[in-house]
Amino acid sequence: MPTYRDQAIVLRTHKLAEADRIITVLARERGKIRVVAKGVRRTKSRFGARLEPGMIVDLQCYEGRNLDTVTQAESIASYGDQIARDYRAYTSLATVLETADRLTEERAPALQQYLLLQGALAALAGCTHDASLVLDAYLLRALAIGGYAPSFFDCAQCGDPGPQLAFNVSSGGSVCPSCRRPGSVAPNRATLDLLGALLVGDWDIADASLPQHRREGNGITAAYVQWHLERGLRSLPHVEREPHVEKLPLATGFTT
Amino acid sequence: MYEGVVQDLIDELGQLPGIGPKSAQRIAFHLLQADGADVQRLITALAEVKEKVAFCTMCGNIAQATLCRICADPRRDGQAICVVEEPKDVVAIERTGEFRGRYHVLGGAISPMDGIGPEQLRVAELMSRLASGEVVEIILATDPNIEGEATAAYLARQLKPFGLRVTRLASGLPVGGDLEYADEVTLGRAFEGRRLIDA
Repeated sequence: MPTYRDQAIVLRTHKLAEADRIITVLARERGKIRVVAKGVRRTKSRFGARLEPGMIVDLQCYEGRNLDTVTQAESIASYGDQIARDYRAYTSLATVLETADRLTEERAPALQQYLLLQGALAALAGCTHDASLVLDAYLLRALAIGGYAPSFFDCAQCGDPGPQLAFNVSSGGSVCPSCRRPGSVAPNRATLDLLGALLVGDWDIADASLPQHRREGNGITAAYVQWHLERGLRSLPHVEREPHVEKLPLATGFTT
Repeated sequence: MYEGVVQDLIDELGQLPGIGPKSAQRIAFHLLQADGADVQRLITALAEVKEKVAFCTMCGNIAQATLCRICADPRRDGQAICVVEEPKDVVAIERTGEFRGRYHVLGGAISPMDGIGPEQLRVAELMSRLASGEVVEIILATDPNIEGEATAAYLARQLKPFGLRVTRLASGLPVGGDLEYADEVTLGRAFEGRRLIDA
């Protein structure tokens, strides 16, 4: 039976039968593939922990008629396990993985998407930047690789040099006064600069941005992603954008 | 394709989880050949399970009354609550005989990709159980996978202001296994959770 090896990032898992799982991975050379991992839900599984979402593995599979089957999995990076310990980063991870799943086709190599995803996971696990900024940077760049690069400076319709004041999701980004259509918004210039910085990976500007511009940028990015993916991301409403603020429990009679 | 009711039975059995068309056919023919009394017992059990079984209003476990047998048992320790994902997990922990407290069944784990957030789980019910002030320890026994870990991290954060002792079930090497076959994640957690041995 023909076997192959590839590096892969686990995107999601589905339960199968008694103790198996179907694992959707984005493989470096083969693109998105769905493989069967037998017995991984058992506590004694040799590679169950390695095939969790967000893990990067060196995978060996044998080809089947419909789905391939995993025979070996070695860890390259256990990002998923590290990220899951921080709930806020975990909610961003879920959206990152769902987007990667939606933007890639089965068995169509997508090396750029793979490398981008790998970088996003490393940034989320390493807490090098705010999780919400990492998510927005990933979403904008993943869409750009997919052919939906937004413009945050020049007019996305006619190319009129910026900076432009209005932004229209369906037009592909910033728009000049003559291309401005109903439904356009006029975000703060600093917000568009932040999004432009996230798109090109200028982290000095992104890290120095103010909370109100980040919030506005979150909304624009979410609207842009939902528009271009046509179907909403299920995980996006669950993303915890703001850092958690501890509140005293009202149920026990404490007062705030 | 079979005639009428036989095919209907095969179709219905095929709707059950883990039962494919071949298995459905095998079970249907087993039932056809089985003793009438045996089949009647199965029919009664199926009808009763839908009629009598509900969920415990306190913990969310399977119950035949308002409270499940664990919540209704006054001998159980009300100071400790073990939080699990599914009623099946309650059975698994009860089999160990190590825990004498009560349970709280969340009804799943936080999984944003499946559209499941904290609001879809019985988290608010857990918080309201803490209002009495009786509980001193919460044991987070969600599955040791990424969704379970994230759910535990979320609950630990929500429970922090209550000032309770919040613990997480240990992860590590399975009894009877070989160290060389352990994966890095499991072995790493085993190291994290290592304990002192009194000589």
